[in-house]
Amino acid sequence: MENTAKDPGLLPGWGIDADPKNDPTYPMRHRMNVGQDPDSKHRPTLQLVDEEVLKSIERQNVSAVFGTPLPPHGLSGAIRRWAFKYSESVYPHWLPLLLADRVDMVEGVLADLVHGHVPNIFAERGAKMDWKYNRSGFIAKLATVSLLTAGAIVLLSSKDEKKPSKKHRRCQA
Amino acid sequence: MLAMDYRGPRRVRAAQKPMPEIKHPQDAIVRVTRACICGSDLHLYNGNVPDTRVGTTFGHEFTGIVEEVGPEVTKVKVGDHVLVPFNVACGECHFCKQGMFGNCHESNTQASAVGGIFGYSHTAGGYNGGQAEYARVPYANVGPTVIPAGMDPDDAVLLTDVVPTGYQAAEMAGIQPGDTVVVFGAGPIGIMAARCAWLFGAGRVIVIDQVDYRLEFARNYAKCEAYNFNEMADPVVFIKKTTDFMGADVCIDAVGAEASGNAMQTITGRKLLLQAGSATAIHWAVNSVKKGGVVSIVGVYGPTDNLVPIGNVLNKGLTIRANQTSVKRLLPRLIEHVQNGIINPKALITHRIPLEEVADGYRIFSDKLDSCIKTVLISPSAKI
Ligand SMILES: [Zn+2]
Ligand SMILES: [Zn+2]
Repeated sequence: MENTAKDPGLLPGWGIDADPKNDPTYPMRHRMNVGQDPDSKHRPTLQLVDEEVLKSIERQNVSAVFGTPLPPHGLSGAIRRWAFKYSESVYPHWLPLLLADRVDMVEGVLADLVHGHVPNIFAERGAKMDWKYNRSGFIAKLATVSLLTAGAIVLLSSKDEKKPSKKHRRCQA
Repeated sequence: MLAMDYRGPRRVRAAQKPMPEIKHPQDAIVRVTRACICGSDLHLYNGNVPDTRVGTTFGHEFTGIVEEVGPEVTKVKVGDHVLVPFNVACGECHFCKQGMFGNCHESNTQASAVGGIFGYSHTAGGYNGGQAEYARVPYANVGPTVIPAGMDPDDAVLLTDVVPTGYQAAEMAGIQPGDTVVVFGAGPIGIMAARCAWLFGAGRVIVIDQVDYRLEFARNYAKCEAYNFNEMADPVVFIKKTTDFMGADVCIDAVGAEASGNAMQTITGRKLLLQAGSATAIHWAVNSVKKGGVVSIVGVYGPTDNLVPIGNVLNKGLTIRANQTSVKRLLPRLIEHVQNGIINPKALITHRIPLEEVADGYRIFSDKLDSCIKTVLISPSAKI
């Protein structure tokens, strides 16, 4: 289909929400400062804090509701607790959290194995879909991986073979 | 119950998990009928959002039937079929009172910069999402909205994020009748932003992306112009040329952190994670818009820093507006638009995938396989 100029007026709903006063618009339009809010300290009913919730140090309190799943655990949990000593404004908060996510992934595989479940990473990655809808890409990726693996094997094994020959040369010299 | 289960970057599966429970008197439990995979789920899927804990269930776009309510819930009742806005919002805090339901102060303990979002990591509150048979929905008096009689659940589920986010992108841009609007990104949000730009009276709407089938979809669906940036030497110069070298009146970033198109941004933002995602779309938006113009950002970025040409924002006198969408604020108007046939959300859905095959759904959506635009997951208990 070509790019052609349209008469916008013919499109359904054209201009239906046009508003000359739409500038400044949301979120500026109905702003209210804290002093104008008679009840700015009001809080909803509080959820019972019955498990560990990590709190941003930029907040005064635990929010009135919070998500419950997956309290911090293990090494990843220790890293997360450490990260929450820092504000959202600095890298020592965010980078350890990313690191903790990777540690958590390893802990997740270990937990799977402990429960007698070997994760099917091929299925978890949806790789079958790559095979189905992107076969040339899939084959290219597979070929690259095989080539790299084969290359690495050749490199490693040839190093082993070279060692004595080097020695031999050195002896000759 | 069966639920999507995140195991690490690009590894997800469907697994048995405990049923969600009422944890707060304003909670509801819903039996999920539709749950979408969203472009912003890909930031989680790729492992780029800090504090995405293994075992999390994603999914911030869902509809469901209310199965159980806490003692303070008065606005919905057991048996109601509701659409659930992606924001977790209390409706009572200083920000909710200003209609900023995407910035609620009482729904996220882990971060002060972002309100609670279903299934969007502990950085967004640690809520499990709707890619499951059942979900806990806090503040059930505020977010969940009964689906009007006769509305298709496929339309309803897109009112939880895609339609309002596309609409708010156009709204925040302050579009005036006759304006030239450039939308970066031809994903579901970009396509919807282009469609909604006309509602505000745009005179010309241009979408820029690199995926041809999506550009074609955008042309058909949003009746806009759509161009592939790989076919132009420089998209900024292309936009300048096509606007008599003035620049677009407004530019919308509907891409976010996974942007392609600039090698340096891709390497530092997506591969090395030295920035909070690749900021290519913001960069192009700032440089393509006219002096004094507006850049509206709805693409999602991480919480740290991005390389953005802020000097040009100053030199050109730009206004940048950006926010998580305030879904509840927009719902009454958007429900009207859907009921009047002005917006047809469900036309974006190209794939319906059983929850059991969630890993395949993510792969198809993430790698844009099989001409995918929008994927909806159907749980075995959906029964609708
Ligand atoms: Zn979404
Ligand atoms: Zn609130």
